[in-house]
Amino acid sequence: MTASVNLDHALILAAALFTLGLLGVLARRNIIFILLSIEVMLNAAGLAFVVAGAKWGETDGQVMFIFILAMAAAEVSVGLALMLRMYHMLKTLDADAAGSMKG
Amino acid sequence: MILLWLIVIPLAGGAIAWYAGRFRTAWPRWISLITMLLMSWVSVNIWILHYASLKEMDLHGPWILEVRLSWIPQLGAGFHLGADGLSLIFVLLTAFLGLAAVASSWTEIRERVGFFYLNLLWILAGIIGVFLAIDLFLFYFFWELMLVPMYFLIALWGHENRRYAAFKFFIFTQAGGLLMLISILGLYFVHGKAAGDYSFDYPVLLGTSMSTGTEFWLMLGFFVAFAVKLPVVPVHNWLPDAHTEAPTAGSVVLAGLLLKTGAYGLIRFVVPLFPRASAEFAPAAMILAVIGIIYGAVTAFGQSDLKRLVAYTSVSHMGFVLLGVFVWSELALQGALMQIVCHGLATGALFIIVGALQERIHTRDMGRMSGLWEAAPRMAAAALFFALASLGLPGLGNFVGEFLVLLGAYKTSVAITVVAAAGIVGATVYSLWIVQRVFHGPNEQKWKIPDFSVREMAIMLAMMLSLIWLGIYPQPVFNTSKLAISNLKMIAAPGATTEDIRPAPETEKRLADKSISKTTPSKNLPSPLAKEGQITFLWQREDRRDFIIAYDLLSKSLGGLR
Amino acid sequence: MLEFLWLIPALPFAGSLVLAFAGRRLSRGGIAAFGVGSVGLSCITAFAVAAGFIGQAPPGHFYVQRLWAWLSVGGFTPEISLYLDALSLVMMLVVTFVGFLIHLYSSEFMIEEEGYGRFFAYMNLFVGSMLTLVLADNLLLLYLGWEGVGLCSYLLIGFWYKDPANGLAARKAFVVTRVGDTAMSIGLFLLFTNLGTLQIQELMRLATERWAVGSGLAVAAAALLLGGALGKSAQLPLQTWLPDAMAGPSPVSALIHAATMVTAGVYLIARTHVIFSLAPVVQEAVAVIGALTLLLAGFSALTQTDIKRVLAYSTISQIGYMFLALGVGAWSAAIFHFMTHAFFKALLFLGAGIVINALHDEHNMFKMGGLRSQVPVTFWTFLVGASSLSALPFVTAGFYSKDLILFETWASPAGSRWLWAAGLLGAFLTSLYTFRMVFVTFYGDAKMQVSRKPGAIMTVPVVILAVLSVLAGFLELPSSLGNVRIITSFLGSALPSETVSPGAAGAGTALMIVASAVSLAGIFAAYLLFFKKNLAADRLAGFVPGRMLHRLWFSGWGFDWLYDLLFVRPFFWFARSNKDDFSDLVYLGMIWLTGRFNNMLSVSQNGKVRFYAAGIAFGAVVVIAIAVFL
Repeated sequence: MTASVNLDHALILAAALFTLGLLGVLARRNIIFILLSIEVMLNAAGLAFVVAGAKWGETDGQVMFIFILAMAAAEVSVGLALMLRMYHMLKTLDADAAGSMKG
Repeated sequence: MILLWLIVIPLAGGAIAWYAGRFRTAWPRWISLITMLLMSWVSVNIWILHYASLKEMDLHGPWILEVRLSWIPQLGAGFHLGADGLSLIFVLLTAFLGLAAVASSWTEIRERVGFFYLNLLWILAGIIGVFLAIDLFLFYFFWELMLVPMYFLIALWGHENRRYAAFKFFIFTQAGGLLMLISILGLYFVHGKAAGDYSFDYPVLLGTSMSTGTEFWLMLGFFVAFAVKLPVVPVHNWLPDAHTEAPTAGSVVLAGLLLKTGAYGLIRFVVPLFPRASAEFAPAAMILAVIGIIYGAVTAFGQSDLKRLVAYTSVSHMGFVLLGVFVWSELALQGALMQIVCHGLATGALFIIVGALQERIHTRDMGRMSGLWEAAPRMAAAALFFALASLGLPGLGNFVGEFLVLLGAYKTSVAITVVAAAGIVGATVYSLWIVQRVFHGPNEQKWKIPDFSVREMAIMLAMMLSLIWLGIYPQPVFNTSKLAISNLKMIAAPGATTEDIRPAPETEKRLADKSISKTTPSKNLPSPLAKEGQITFLWQREDRRDFIIAYDLLSKSLGGLR
Repeated sequence: MLEFLWLIPALPFAGSLVLAFAGRRLSRGGIAAFGVGSVGLSCITAFAVAAGFIGQAPPGHFYVQRLWAWLSVGGFTPEISLYLDALSLVMMLVVTFVGFLIHLYSSEFMIEEEGYGRFFAYMNLFVGSMLTLVLADNLLLLYLGWEGVGLCSYLLIGFWYKDPANGLAARKAFVVTRVGDTAMSIGLFLLFTNLGTLQIQELMRLATERWAVGSGLAVAAAALLLGGALGKSAQLPLQTWLPDAMAGPSPVSALIHAATMVTAGVYLIARTHVIFSLAPVVQEAVAVIGALTLLLAGFSALTQTDIKRVLAYSTISQIGYMFLALGVGAWSAAIFHFMTHAFFKALLFLGAGIVINALHDEHNMFKMGGLRSQVPVTFWTFLVGASSLSALPFVTAGFYSKDLILFETWASPAGSRWLWAAGLLGAFLTSLYTFRMVFVTFYGDAKMQVSRKPGAIMTVPVVILAVLSVLAGFLELPSSLGNVRIITSFLGSALPSETVSPGAAGAGTALMIVASAVSLAGIFAAYLLFFKKNLAADRLAGFVPGRMLHRLWFSGWGFDWLYDLLFVRPFFWFARSNKDDFSDLVYLGMIWLTGRFNNMLSVSQNGKVRFYAAGIAFGAVVVIAIAVFL
């Protein structure tokens, strides 16, 4: 009855989430959406860790997820700060507009 | 330890000059002058002290002076300096031209004088190190050490296009140097694997046995590095730019000394370390040499920039050196050595003259010069003298060098000798062209310039007298290097040319007297290399006595290591 | 006395050094004292040494003075040592004596020149080098002197350096002779490599021992030495520099380009005659070259208008005679002609110098004229010199030396009728152009005012030389005229004596009569054409072929044009077009390639964050794919 979630299913879900996030990063031009998509990718990776941890009966996976959470929080705070600066300078949130590092 | 002083004196002198430059601009000049006088005094003293013993065969191993300090024992790299007659001549040349370089930049350099002399003296220290180092790791260290200050010298005090020239110089020599590093490491590992004794020490590495292919590629790495410095024609392109853009002292040091490190490397390392590969490569090298002689001479004639013209003449003259080295007979080697010394003097002096001219009329364009004989007869007479030296006038040293090289080369290849001799006609054309274009003809631009001062005339006279001395009585130089060269020739006897070089009469006599009894009982530890018969194949063509001498020498020098 | 031999070259060298370093501080008188004095002392020493040598001949008729070992490397041990034998003695005496007279002459001739000290420094250096050449014991020392005289020739041709034309002539002389010298130096390499020494007598001995007659090495060695001789002595095909060398002051032309340096080639061949005897082909070539040169130069001399150029071509032609003599094995005859030629040609050049000086540096004979009465001493001495050059029978030195050569050319086994005929035609040409010069210059109407008359110091050497131009001939008289053999017998200790093929010996008198007749005919023809002003010459030159021939001869048979086309222009073209060193293109190409590569790669660096992210993703996919599937 306990319809145990199959490892494969969980990994497929994680992969799908990751791909969605990646597509979001690649396709969206608005930098806020890019940040959101990165969060999705991070969570997909976290999910994969948790699932793998459950599979092996180890807590490492959950520890890793907590790491990822902490990192994501830090990343978002830095990312948002950068985004604010960028908006100040460029008056837009279009990621493609910030192209002054072009070689 | 005196050898260490030869390196420490210019290093210290440079540092002091730099520091003193903060207070007075005149101080660095005097300090450098004193440093170089001290250097000359020390090196001349070494020469005089050891002159007699340089001819003595059984008193020494190959080195008349040796310094061995522990450096990086884990790697097998030691601070190992050694001087024989060959390096002594280069050291003397360095001291002499260093003095001339310091004196010739007396009034030319007005900015950052202290730093200028720091660089100049450190280059000289690096060059001396190159001539004395007999540990390949140390050699490479000095090889790079002289490069960096030279870069600064060109890039900071050079003329209009100095950045480009400095860059070009650096990249060319660095590329060559890296190839040499690869070869040094290759040799290190090949030898280490074979002998189980990982060492960068030159005497240890001599006679390393390796496959023909390995030997060839390792030889090529060394050859390219030295060929860039020498320079040999397809890789000479840094030279005209660097010489042209460098300040006078830089040009003097470049032409007189830096090029010679390439020649020294060829004589000291390429042929002795890789005798078979060098012998195999010799025809190609000789052809390159001849191309250099002709190409340099013709291209020199086409130049309109006086300094550039003189720079190209170096390419031509160094071709004779390359030819002499790869002919590898006593005549040719001594000739190459003489050519090295005399080219240093004559071309150095020409660069000083060009520098003095530029200081006075602010151009190097020959089209704007004419009839300067009238304005500056002393300068013109000096220029005429050195132009004649450079075209190989008998009675001056360059003739002795070129003649001996060609005389030696004739035995090896008549065709190459004939073409190289044609280069002398080319030298005549460009040398006379300099005199004609700059000093003869009407003084169209109405130049009124001060003639050579006492300081400048003293430099010129010293160089003139040296060239005349080398032209009519060069024997002291030959005596100094004779033993060193016969040692090298015993280590590496590539061509068939060696057969007819007999040992000097005194050697033969001494051999007859005592050497057999002295050498055959192996009181000296026979080196493992010799025991394994790895060296012996090199002497197949030498007769037995030569073998005994060489064995004796090598075992002594190797025995000294343990 | 012989031990003072080293002083003979040392004195002029010392004089040269003093003048080079102190010349600017000395007065003109002081300069002349040093310049002339050093050569004068050298000349006195030379005569003293010669007296010693002749009075009490050293064993073997040679004397070697070792000074010091030059160098000793790998079995190559040339020494600085001097070798005196009959041959070098004659050369030495002529060089010092004529040299001294010309120095004396120059001390007045050059008095107004700015570079008075420089001139004498160069001249002394020249005499020193020439003596080194002549007295050298080994070929390397000889080569030193050889190049030394070449250098002085260069310096003195370009003495008036302000005119670029003089510089060009000087460089041409140096470079052309250097071509020959290079051949000679290769000859030295060959000799040393195969015989193991450069000491001349030793070489001669070893060559006869080791080389068969006509062997390849002997031929090559002789040919290479000949190359040097051709350059220095201005013989075909390296003769082009000598006419231009007349840009130098007249005493220079007299000393270097007539009396001494240009005959160095003759000396070299005589000195190494053994090698030439071993290479009959080359010796034959020497004769043919001599014959050709004397003819070509004779024709060219006919058309010149510059008095010094006439004399220059005449010198080339007379050296051609010497080569002809050498070629047929008449070694002493060549040296005899060298001696008489030194006297009369130096005399002619000095005379020409006086004339040129008298007429405001006018070189064109056709603007002169009627000088006979204005500079009478010069005229008479010039006439003596001209007669000697034209081999005026019985009274001039030139007649006896040339007659000896013609006789040997006919009678020697190596000679031939053709060579003799060429020599005879040359003799006709010689008389013709010589007296053309005399008549045009000294007869007819005076066209210019004489501005400067020669003083005593210039006149004395000229008169002495005139006397010698007559008397020197009586040192050697043919069998039909007293059979005096002073020169040949004296040289006999150093050079092999002439061989005369049987049957030809008796032809001497007949040949002499023919030669006299030809010489007189030449003078008569000149008299008709240029004194009587018979218009035949003008008419001849007026026709188209005549005009073309005239132009050809005037330009020295177009050799200059040919060399210009073949060597000078291509060399210039290549040097100029390669000014920027085309090999640099390789490295510029590398730079360009690196730049292109950089441009290509920098396209990917577009600054778009999403592009980079895509790149990362793609890269990760590729890496994972590789990791998984491989």
